[in-house]
Amino acid sequence: MTGGIRAPLVALGAIVTREALRFVRQRERFLAALVRPLVWLLVFAAGFRAALGLSITPPYQTYIQYETYIVPGLCGMIILFNSMQSSLSLVYDREMGSMRLLLTSPLPRWWLLFCRLAASTAISILQVYAFLAIAALYGIKMPAVGYLAALPALVVAGIMLGALGLALSSLIKQLENFAGVMNFVIFPMFFLSSALYPLWKMAESSKLLHDICAVNPFTHAVELIRFALYGEFNAPALGWTLLSGIVFLALALWGYDPARGFIRRKA
Amino acid sequence: MTGLSVRNLSYSYGSKRALDDVSFSIAPGAFSALLGPNGAGKSTLFSLLTRLFTTEEGQIEIAGHDISREPRAALAKIGVVFQQSTLDLDLTVKRNLSYFAALHGISGRDARTRIDAALERLDISDRAGERARDLNGGHRRRTEIARCLIHSPSVLLLDEPTVGLDAASRKAITDYVHELSRTDGLTVLWATHLTDEIADADRLLVLHQGRLLQDGIVGDLRGAAPLSDYFLAQTGAAA
Repeated sequence: MTGGIRAPLVALGAIVTREALRFVRQRERFLAALVRPLVWLLVFAAGFRAALGLSITPPYQTYIQYETYIVPGLCGMIILFNSMQSSLSLVYDREMGSMRLLLTSPLPRWWLLFCRLAASTAISILQVYAFLAIAALYGIKMPAVGYLAALPALVVAGIMLGALGLALSSLIKQLENFAGVMNFVIFPMFFLSSALYPLWKMAESSKLLHDICAVNPFTHAVELIRFALYGEFNAPALGWTLLSGIVFLALALWGYDPARGFIRRKA
Repeated sequence: MTGLSVRNLSYSYGSKRALDDVSFSIAPGAFSALLGPNGAGKSTLFSLLTRLFTTEEGQIEIAGHDISREPRAALAKIGVVFQQSTLDLDLTVKRNLSYFAALHGISGRDARTRIDAALERLDISDRAGERARDLNGGHRRRTEIARCLIHSPSVLLLDEPTVGLDAASRKAITDYVHELSRTDGLTVLWATHLTDEIADADRLLVLHQGRLLQDGIVGDLRGAAPLSDYFLAQTGAAA
């Protein structure tokens, strides 16, 4: 029944479908996922356009408007928030008991967790492309090849941030504690990155903050997406993002290991 | 080969001993009731039997498969109904069942045939298209029992499956699982703290404060006393 490749693929299809159905049911979640970056793009960026001068830095070949600069960062923001939303739904599933159904399946646990990760990433990518389409209508267009080249970058970023969410979900004891994730994970990760301002700009203000931004995995996920959107490849960003993803994934697998992880105290 | 075998099983939450050297075995096709007051260790035992928890103290075999050495083979043989409902309330009954089937690698026509048969057996075919949220407690439990039969398990684990149900639903579900054990040869471990769910011919395991106090046939153990009195005497004496 569970031997071979067929059974794991059947489970993957079912888990992705379930998450997609859940997402479609929650229309306000889709709207919120789009409204959040659009507010940044249409309101915040318009206000900061005059205040922030941007020099020519790769992958840009010429001076760009601030709105253009923050689009990749807002793509990263969508993935970051969606990953944390997925992490929240894992904690909810655990509290409601349906996580037990997943964890008592005869398929390997690492595969089941990967399926959840894949589902969350797929939903994030749909949201990112919806956002990019609206940005294009607003006049911020990428090279045609960029939209295609961004896909693998979005997958890598989605897996890395999803793995972080998975690891966090194994650490969070109760749904109520999830607010802490917003304060201590999402906001610092987002603001201490190159999503809203280039790192050289941060270095002008504080060397320490620049260094923190430089090691923040989210910075590298954003840069990976930024370069890909212009059809370019950023090897160091890919390396950092992959490395961070592997570490977060290992933490998540440890967290969900019934013999060692935190899940044993509360499954 | 036994249906379910537990040998010298112990488990602790930090310094608190939840299970202490528990051993029993259930023959294939036997219905066994695990009776214990709240906090006896029943749910911890179920978490170990379903590999939500693992322990190095003791051994569990399910249909001949050691759960620590062959977890996948062991889990494939188990059908489980947890105390807390595990239905996705926003999915229809049928989608809940097909999701579960997929987690066991069953899809397509095979899944549809099994799902229809399971719904038919539990007499809830007419509810297949309803969202789980719209079902009453009894039908939700029936759905969960139908779901746990889809992959043709040989061992059924039910952790207080009648909690929160009215008397009629409790009786219907208890009778049905007894019948499943008789007609399909399923090994059943039914955890409860309600003595009226247990028949005289059932095997009885009395768990209290993490220790197995009694193991035998209900009629033999209780003698002339009502089972509730016998149970209170056992757990009261051990307290």
